[in-house]
Amino acid sequence: MAYRTYSLLGVFVLLRALGNLSLAWGTKHFPETLAANPLSYLRAMLSPAVAVGIAMLILAMLLRMAVLGVADLSFVLPLTAIGYVFAALLGKFILQEDVTPERWTGTALIFIGVALVGSTPQNTTPYGGKARGESK
Amino acid sequence: MTWLLLSIVIAATAASDLLQSYEMKRLAPQPVDGRGLASLLQTIAQRRYLILSIACLAVSFFSFMALVQTAPLSFAVPASAGSFIVETILAKMVLKEQVSVRRAAGALVVLAGIVLLAR
Repeated sequence: MAYRTYSLLGVFVLLRALGNLSLAWGTKHFPETLAANPLSYLRAMLSPAVAVGIAMLILAMLLRMAVLGVADLSFVLPLTAIGYVFAALLGKFILQEDVTPERWTGTALIFIGVALVGSTPQNTTPYGGKARGESK
Repeated sequence: MTWLLLSIVIAATAASDLLQSYEMKRLAPQPVDGRGLASLLQTIAQRRYLILSIACLAVSFFSFMALVQTAPLSFAVPASAGSFIVETILAKMVLKEQVSVRRAAGALVVLAGIVLLAR
């Protein structure tokens, strides 16, 4: 069960990173200025990369909600911070940004923190994981 | 203005997550396949707390957009990650989750990492 939670959270983090990337790429290549008027937001949402990005983000949100049904909020939150590491790596390899020693230290700290939180029981309330047996 | 927006981002994120966590745990666990996620969409439309949580998420999303328009990302990202601490405390107090020393320490270490990473 715990293994399943970890892999779902992994898929969530990946989906969110890709969704944001697609959204950012799509809005950057969109010919109109977005802040100008609400209609251009709507038109942007219909462009392929933006639409795909939004779809991925909605799917990511649903996945996370499903996980919140079986795992604590204080468990899920720190674990999904691994997404910040993904963002840094995407920045390095796709946008060719520099990764300073300071940023590598940050990455290492996030991994250590995630390992610490990940080793605690995922659900500590009477609901969630245990509700399975009780409610139907 | 920056601090007002930041407070709105943090408050809206925390409210959204607390509502989601509370309501999702009361429901029977959702299957995570295509049909399960589709029925989850339907569930959202029927549950007041979940609708409210999506509304809060929208508020937090748009305030964050407005925040990064004026403040540098290297401030906006770690600062809004402060919602982490707020949410962990509220998860303990409101949702009655048991935040053990190990879990709290892990959350703090992660936060330190985010701050370093975003500089």
